[in-house]
Amino acid sequence: MQIVTKGVAGTMESSDIIVRIEPAEQKGIELTLTSAVMQQFGKQIEKVIRETLAELGVESAIVNAVDKGALDCTVAARVKAAAYRAAQCEDYTWRTKQ
Amino acid sequence: MKNIDLKKIPHISEITAQHGSFTGTPVKPKETFLERMGSKNKVVPSLEEAIRLSGLRDGMTISFHHHFRNGDYVVNMVVEQIAKMGIKNLTLAASSLTDIHAPLIEHIKNGVITHIETSGLRGKLAEEVSRGLMDFPIVFRSHGGRAAAIESGELHIDVAFLGAPSCDPYGNANGYNRDEENATCCGSLGYAKLDALHADKCVIITDHIVRFPNTPYGIPESNVDYVVKVDSIGDPKGIMSGATRFTKNPKELLIAKTAADVIEASGYFYDGFSMQMGSGGASLATARYLREKMIEKNIHARFALGGITGQIVEMHEEGLVDKILDVQSFDLIAANSLKNNRFHQQIDASVYASYLNRGAAVNELDFVVLSALEIDTDFNVNVMTGSDGVIRGAIGGHPDTAAGASLSIVVAPLTRGRIPTIVDKVNTIVTPGSVVDVVVTDQGVAVNPARPEIKELLEAAGLPVTTIEALRDRCTRIVGKPEPIKYKDRIVGVVMYRDNTVIDVIHEIDEE
Repeated sequence: MQIVTKGVAGTMESSDIIVRIEPAEQKGIELTLTSAVMQQFGKQIEKVIRETLAELGVESAIVNAVDKGALDCTVAARVKAAAYRAAQCEDYTWRTKQ
Repeated sequence: MKNIDLKKIPHISEITAQHGSFTGTPVKPKETFLERMGSKNKVVPSLEEAIRLSGLRDGMTISFHHHFRNGDYVVNMVVEQIAKMGIKNLTLAASSLTDIHAPLIEHIKNGVITHIETSGLRGKLAEEVSRGLMDFPIVFRSHGGRAAAIESGELHIDVAFLGAPSCDPYGNANGYNRDEENATCCGSLGYAKLDALHADKCVIITDHIVRFPNTPYGIPESNVDYVVKVDSIGDPKGIMSGATRFTKNPKELLIAKTAADVIEASGYFYDGFSMQMGSGGASLATARYLREKMIEKNIHARFALGGITGQIVEMHEEGLVDKILDVQSFDLIAANSLKNNRFHQQIDASVYASYLNRGAAVNELDFVVLSALEIDTDFNVNVMTGSDGVIRGAIGGHPDTAAGASLSIVVAPLTRGRIPTIVDKVNTIVTPGSVVDVVVTDQGVAVNPARPEIKELLEAAGLPVTTIEALRDRCTRIVGKPEPIKYKDRIVGVVMYRDNTVIDVIHEIDEE
């Protein structure tokens, strides 16, 4: 997935995360994360963001995330939505729980 | 005057060794009572003068109450004045401290305050303390523990500086004002009453001097040395709201409804029961659900204790609660009820919860509903430190009521955002699991294994009873496992159980 513009998803509400994704010139994910639960869950949130982007095949992007205590499922959902918007891609692959 | 030879009286040394024989009376007053009130009284012209007259010196202990909560101007005003007068190395013993007391940070840095005793700490001051602001650890006591420490002399108060919304020129002080409707108001002066009784010197700081006698009073003139009038003792908006907000949060309502069901099934819901509802959305809302059950079953309560809210007052006024024992009024409805209702009784911190006196009201409780930041699988409760290890709470009467009541119910959501409530080990033990009976969350109820009879009753009533371990596992499944908090070796706080033994310590946080 190629990031071509700026994409945002999420809110600043409690238990949510706002994720901004922008194109980057260099290869790699440049992640800035601030979180209300940085000390307790910072590493875990970063792991989920990086894994979700890898899953989507995003190889270069500037990612800015402000977390207000979102659960892992929320983090992944916001990252995906922001990435699709930043890639101007509407070809969603919906997955249903088996 | 008769010339009496004391030596001829048998056993005189045992009758009155020091007083000797009568030598005459002091000058009798001739002015009217009204004239006297204007001239011969305890009112001093300034706070500075009151501090000077109190004899406050380096190294002494000063005390304050927290009935003005986050609207309090008194602590900052007094410490500022003391700092100007160059007095240092003081112990500040407040019944509690909160966000508004952040200016104390400066006075700790400049050596005016070197020791602090309190029930709790919040905001900037709490954060700084957690980062190692003070050399001497803060001593945290419960409301009952503080009362016991004052009574035993473990906490000796040299000068008490007590804010009061009304006071007469002789020191009869009250938490409300009978002359003016819009005056500052805090209701009960429960914590201040005990300080006034035991302090060597007591200064009342008021914004309303009223005519003698300011009865019925919270603090009697016999306990008061000086009265100071200032422009403002606090911000009414920070002292209390009109009515305690009734939560609309569906999670809290579910918890409250379950807690009321637990009470109903527990065997402690009978005609003439006694109760206390802690502060916090869910515990306050429990009263609302309990009220419906009381009306439905035609059951009334003999008394409600504690921090009193409008909801308890409403139940008192409609005849569901016979009597109110009030150590601290939480809202204006409660404060007005104290002023107007004959059986809404103001009680001091000792009568409320001391373990050392000859009887405290917490020992007569059937049940108490309390909040928690964290509960562990041994049922220990933390209401003091946040999930990042920083101090952000207060012991209050938590351990006192949990220990005194036949049934202590702790209510909390299973998770707050991403923060787990049910954990393996709480950060700070405030109330030991041995006095915590039932934990009610939005996703199930756990009963302390020490109370199998309660578990049976709740199960028979069809309540969602599970184990504390199952609640913890559910918690972990939802939020994951948090990284452990990093602390330094240095101890910044000592947490006392209600008998003033050390139950836990709080370490400086390590932010590197």
